[in-house]
Amino acid sequence: MKLNSPLQVYKYLPQINCAECGDATCMAFGAHLIDRSKKLEDCPPILKDKYKKKYIELQTLLAPEIRQVTIGVGENVKNIGGDDVIYRHQLTFFNPTAFAYDVWDTMPEQELIDRVNKISNFRKFYVGKFLKVDMVAIRCVSGDAMKFAGAVKKVAETTKLPIVLCSFDPVCLRAALEVVKERRPLVYAATEKNWSEVAELAQNYKVPVVLFSPDLDKLKSLAATFQEMGIKDLVLDPGTYPQGKQLKESFERFVKLRRAGIKEGQKDIAYPLMSIPLNAWLVYKDAVTASYWETVLASVFIVRYADIMILHSLEPYAMLPEVHLRDTIYTDPRTPVKVAPGVNEVGSPTKDSPVIITTNFALTYYTVESDLSSNKINCFLAAVDTDGIGVEAAVAGGQLTAAKIKDTFAKANFEIKEKTTHSTLILPGLAARLQGDVEDVTGLRVMIGPPDSGRIPGWMEKNWPPKQK
Amino acid sequence: MTKKIKLSELGSLFGGLDIEALEGVKIEGDVELDLGQMGLNPQMAYALGHETAQMAFHLMNISRILGYPIDQMLGSPAQQKPVRPSKLIESKFGVARNEDWKTPIQEVVLGATSSDGGSRKSTVTLGGEVALPYYFDGPMPHRNHITMDVFDMPINMAKAVKSNYEDVINSPAEWAKKVVRDFGADMVTIHLISTDPNIKDTSPKEAAKTVEDVLQAVDVPIVIGGSGNPEKDPAVLEKAAEAAEGERCLLASASLNLDYARIAEAAKKYNHVVLSWTQLEINAQKELNRKLMKQCGVARENIIMDPTTAALGYGLDYAYTNMERIRLAGLSGDLELNFPMSSGTTNAWGARESWMVSSPLKEDTDWGPREYRGPIWEIVTGLTLSLAGNDLFMMMHPTAVQVLKEITQTLYGSKETEPVNIDDWVSAVV
Repeated sequence: MKLNSPLQVYKYLPQINCAECGDATCMAFGAHLIDRSKKLEDCPPILKDKYKKKYIELQTLLAPEIRQVTIGVGENVKNIGGDDVIYRHQLTFFNPTAFAYDVWDTMPEQELIDRVNKISNFRKFYVGKFLKVDMVAIRCVSGDAMKFAGAVKKVAETTKLPIVLCSFDPVCLRAALEVVKERRPLVYAATEKNWSEVAELAQNYKVPVVLFSPDLDKLKSLAATFQEMGIKDLVLDPGTYPQGKQLKESFERFVKLRRAGIKEGQKDIAYPLMSIPLNAWLVYKDAVTASYWETVLASVFIVRYADIMILHSLEPYAMLPEVHLRDTIYTDPRTPVKVAPGVNEVGSPTKDSPVIITTNFALTYYTVESDLSSNKINCFLAAVDTDGIGVEAAVAGGQLTAAKIKDTFAKANFEIKEKTTHSTLILPGLAARLQGDVEDVTGLRVMIGPPDSGRIPGWMEKNWPPKQK
Repeated sequence: MTKKIKLSELGSLFGGLDIEALEGVKIEGDVELDLGQMGLNPQMAYALGHETAQMAFHLMNISRILGYPIDQMLGSPAQQKPVRPSKLIESKFGVARNEDWKTPIQEVVLGATSSDGGSRKSTVTLGGEVALPYYFDGPMPHRNHITMDVFDMPINMAKAVKSNYEDVINSPAEWAKKVVRDFGADMVTIHLISTDPNIKDTSPKEAAKTVEDVLQAVDVPIVIGGSGNPEKDPAVLEKAAEAAEGERCLLASASLNLDYARIAEAAKKYNHVVLSWTQLEINAQKELNRKLMKQCGVARENIIMDPTTAALGYGLDYAYTNMERIRLAGLSGDLELNFPMSSGTTNAWGARESWMVSSPLKEDTDWGPREYRGPIWEIVTGLTLSLAGNDLFMMMHPTAVQVLKEITQTLYGSKETEPVNIDDWVSAVV
């Protein structure tokens, strides 16, 4: 965005401090616009005609450096791009890299349906939410427009996920667009050779389109030409070569394009970038090796600037690290990952239920909490204030101590001797060395749980209820 | 004469395209819309917008009938044929090098050959970068290196890791030989964990003997790691440093919560390099580096940093950004942060996804075989940090080492392969 202080934004706001946006002053609202935690549309007065000119000006000035492109419709719509910085600590990255997994039009129908369902149904629990994947990319392998359109139709019937149509043949693309034009699919791709016909499709069907060329001059030519034609929902694929010097150059192209787009404000190429880690399969035929290398390519380009990518491997050992790395890079570094310290009930604990200790690092807390609740273990779970540091590091660094544990129960008014029949605390296995201290400070019995909360169910079977002394 | 019209009048005025009614009416840009009575709820606004657009449409038609070149004036896309250039607009893409990066990262040599008073066959040089890793802004003089973990006693390991070391688990020297000979380790890290008073309380003297054994067994540079016990480590590293005099080992580690000055002193006295370890805190890293240099007198070419590695899914976001900030600060001239970095990539094996048989949560999609999950967890953790600027990786799994080497050396530019044509990837049969 072109503005960098709340004061600059303030000049364009109504300056009436009406507080309708939820902030007390227009200046405060301006600060939220700068850090992108609020939208201009959250200000009802500026939407009035009186401020129309300023609204339009401000809208332009606040627009992200990299254009945001919308794919799909309805509840599964995905935005890609929209970034304003080249390092996440400078603000945060927006719109996590969209993962599109491929299917192809020569697949037997049932296989196609199964694969689409596998893509749609993938989920991995993480910090209070499920990590999922986003899109289905349909590749035209047959070269037959009818066949391609048929596969696209089948996919559209099977899933609500946004769709990417992949073919360099405008005839095939047109046939597929006829089938799914209502779904606002992403069209892949226009090249030096087919650009004129593909541009026409983008104009007629009003769909976003990918431009593909590993030659950055040509890619920029394509982008400039499409813009001239009024097509602005563009995505750039600068080529993802799977190995050797070509891969190094691919990496450099992503870095160059993003730097030019954000740091140098080169509007012609300030579009979302697409990477094709699937190309790992062009050089590796063995499924494990190819899946590994595809994950490696995906990782490189998740970190360095791909806004959308097309992947092939549905092996969990490929998908799990991919969804986790994307979450890693796109997590907002401004949001502390802590939960409120205190003693919480999991399920419906009684006086005989265990009291389990963990830290207030959100990841640890949610992991333990989900392990307990999903295994139906009723208990009290204490989140000790360790400044959001995990168990092992907090024990080493002195943020998890006997005194802190005692303090957590005192502040929560949780008198263990009254609230339980067993007067026992369970420490995480990784905090075993605190056992003596905690016994001394609290006067309670202290048991040592497993080092990983995933093993609490087995541990409970063996150790709970505690044997009488 | 000019007559002002209001919205409410417009409808009746042009209701039947009554062109005669236009006589004497000058329509100005400031058509006055009296909305006072109506309020402005969204529905009403929409209806009004619609009404106004209709009017505008009629007015345009009128102008057209009157022979005014309205389409030209509006450039109206709805009325015009879309632009269809016959050829691509010629363009040249260019982007500038980053001018903020003026300070190179300190070069640090690990290991010493006989000509330099040691007994290593080869040395490893880290640092020297003038840009973020693999960027086009400037040459990256040294590739990433990998040092593989060896422990001075059998420890708990994930099954996928353990199966590689069962034959050497009781002999650090054999273990060290194996990682260099079979797994391509550039260096070896000997972790003296048995010295922890809560484990075996091995004496510093005995631990130093283990270090000598490892130095005998391999001729690559080594890292000497303590047990992580802050009371015991200074004494252990001191003795080990003495035993390895002149070998330019990396002493792991000096940190703010132990007597770092003793470790710094040992490094100076016996010619070693200090690993400056802090926990995910850029300011603490600055502080410790400053203390090592100013207070302890450690030379710049004898410092490497370990800003802490958290595993993928377990705080890698902090580790990544911390390293990236440290590297950017160093390149931009912060002389307390422009040192090479080392990562305890083995920490990836702490992530349950790397070792657990299956997800403890029934809602999760099946996690698949763990033999494949573990190494890739280690690879992705390391690779992510390599992109943030990490130079040296402490690792455990042979496959992870091999793959990380392949990708980092590819991005570094030393991997030659046959060119691949990706132009038809869409129709590839995979």
